[in-house]
Amino acid sequence: MAAASDASTPGIARPRWRPLEIAFWLAPIPAYFAFPERRLLLSQIFVYGLFALSLDLVLGYAGILSLGHAAFFGTGAYTAALLAQHGWTEPLSGLLASGAVSAAFGLLVSLLVVPGSDLGRLMVTLGVGLLMYEVANQASSITGGVDGLTDLPIGALFGKIPFGLDGRAACAYSFAILALVFVLARRLVHSPFGLALRGIRENVRRMPAIGVDVNQRLRVVFAVAAGIAGMAGAALTQTTQLCGIDSLGFQRSAELLIMLVFGGAGRLYGALVGATVFMVAQDALAGISPDYWQFWLGAVLVVLVLIARGGLLGALDAVGRRVRRRH
Amino acid sequence: MRTLIGVLFDGVAYGSLLFLISLGLSVTMGLMSFVNLAHGAFAMMGGFLCVALMRRFGLSFGLTLPLVFVAIGAAGALLEVALYRRLYRASALDQVLFTIGLTFMVGAAATWIWGPSQQPIELPPALRHQITVLGVDLGAYRLFLIGFVVVLTAALALAITRTRFGAQLRAAVDNPQAAAGVGINVGLLFSVTFAIGAGLSGLGGALAIDVLGLDPTFALKYLVYFLLVVVVGGPGSIRGSLLAALLLGVVDVAGKYYVPQVGGFIIYASMVVLLVLFPHGLHGRRV
Repeated sequence: MAAASDASTPGIARPRWRPLEIAFWLAPIPAYFAFPERRLLLSQIFVYGLFALSLDLVLGYAGILSLGHAAFFGTGAYTAALLAQHGWTEPLSGLLASGAVSAAFGLLVSLLVVPGSDLGRLMVTLGVGLLMYEVANQASSITGGVDGLTDLPIGALFGKIPFGLDGRAACAYSFAILALVFVLARRLVHSPFGLALRGIRENVRRMPAIGVDVNQRLRVVFAVAAGIAGMAGAALTQTTQLCGIDSLGFQRSAELLIMLVFGGAGRLYGALVGATVFMVAQDALAGISPDYWQFWLGAVLVVLVLIARGGLLGALDAVGRRVRRRH
Repeated sequence: MRTLIGVLFDGVAYGSLLFLISLGLSVTMGLMSFVNLAHGAFAMMGGFLCVALMRRFGLSFGLTLPLVFVAIGAAGALLEVALYRRLYRASALDQVLFTIGLTFMVGAAATWIWGPSQQPIELPPALRHQITVLGVDLGAYRLFLIGFVVVLTAALALAITRTRFGAQLRAAVDNPQAAAGVGINVGLLFSVTFAIGAGLSGLGGALAIDVLGLDPTFALKYLVYFLLVVVVGGPGSIRGSLLAALLLGVVDVAGKYYVPQVGGFIIYASMVVLLVLFPHGLHGRRV
């Protein structure tokens, strides 16, 4: 029975790590050695993967449509930056502190977001995102305004390994955070709590009838996701030693949504696949012409919605099912 | 006192523009519960079309306005029939993604054709000077805007309360199933309304160039304002939208005039507060 659990039967039994998953997690190692000059990009892929994972918990599992998720990413990024600027340069504690600040902020915002309808949630998250951008923009004596904060003094990892320009420490650091958080998130979505979330997403009226406090579950997952997004922001600040105002922008929230939906929402790995494809494509195409990139980004979204709902992994699943049916 | 009147005047002019642009969005959201984040793109297309007509063909500003209305209305109808219609039953997420995608495409295309800079516009001389009323200097163009929107609103109100089309529209907004049940062609009704809404939005975009400016980020920059008008006014409610647009216009202008250091903060903060206090809009209609 236990062997057949995980995707096929939505049980609480601890899901096994399938060979494909293990291969997925080993894939960054050859990439790390094959492209030594692209390690900073690899590190950013891990960071955005983490960020997309956070949105997946909120959107893919809990079904809350957020258009301002960058508010939490930016909160974490600025917390880490301000901590470093004011003398707290130790990265690990800075990361945890940023995550905690962001989670607390997320809990506060969830009080406004959770009770609303889809449209209300969309508007409130959009409003909070814009509000945070405007705060960072106006409080330029603290946040550096449009220029952001640069040349931040980030301490060495464990007091020994500095974040150099070659991206080796950055890569290992982001990967370690991503892997750890992923394991916890995977555990979370397969727990009774995660099942309750999926129940809420599928049928919100029915959940109170079986004794689930819907709003409490949604508040908790929103705060957890905000904390994860904050850690992603903090990791970006620490590995690049700078923090820009675009970390709070609407563009960032919209791109995040694109990554997640492109990969496939509600399946954790979709977030990572989407972030990888997005970052690699952006790196290759945006250099040619930013407008060109923006246009095709929009076109991909339109096509995705009209034709390929479920994203990349959803399409692969469909192909897989068809092949299996033939045999 | 004089500045107060001036601020109120500018706010009302600004609010009239917001109303003109947002009206179509309100109907889209009220009638079909469709979250159309690309609505600002219609306004932007209208603005660019107006600039192009004036520059390329040497048309006067006044002459471009009806052309813009017709052209953007036709573009809206085309998009509705070809694409939007497929997504009426889709989830809010799909609608959001689809319309963000459209907005990105329009923005990128506008940058590609016209470049990223602000587009200047040459208003006719009659609209460029100041008029002094009771010792207060009022811009002629803003006065024209207010008058234009007043006339248009009156015409729309008449059309909605007095014509057969208006009665069908009201019925469909209140209850689409029942309206379809008594033989109203809700699909066709909606296509026509969508086209008119897009046309009005394009018209608003052309009229807005002198007040809000025009560049390829217009659609996203002002999207929040349009959404806000609709959500605060209550989707599908024209009176509510008008009220909300005027309120927002005055609050925004007053905020930027009296406390410039807070900037756009006020509008976003009031948005969140209003949404939390009135989840179903000022006019109290459930979505």
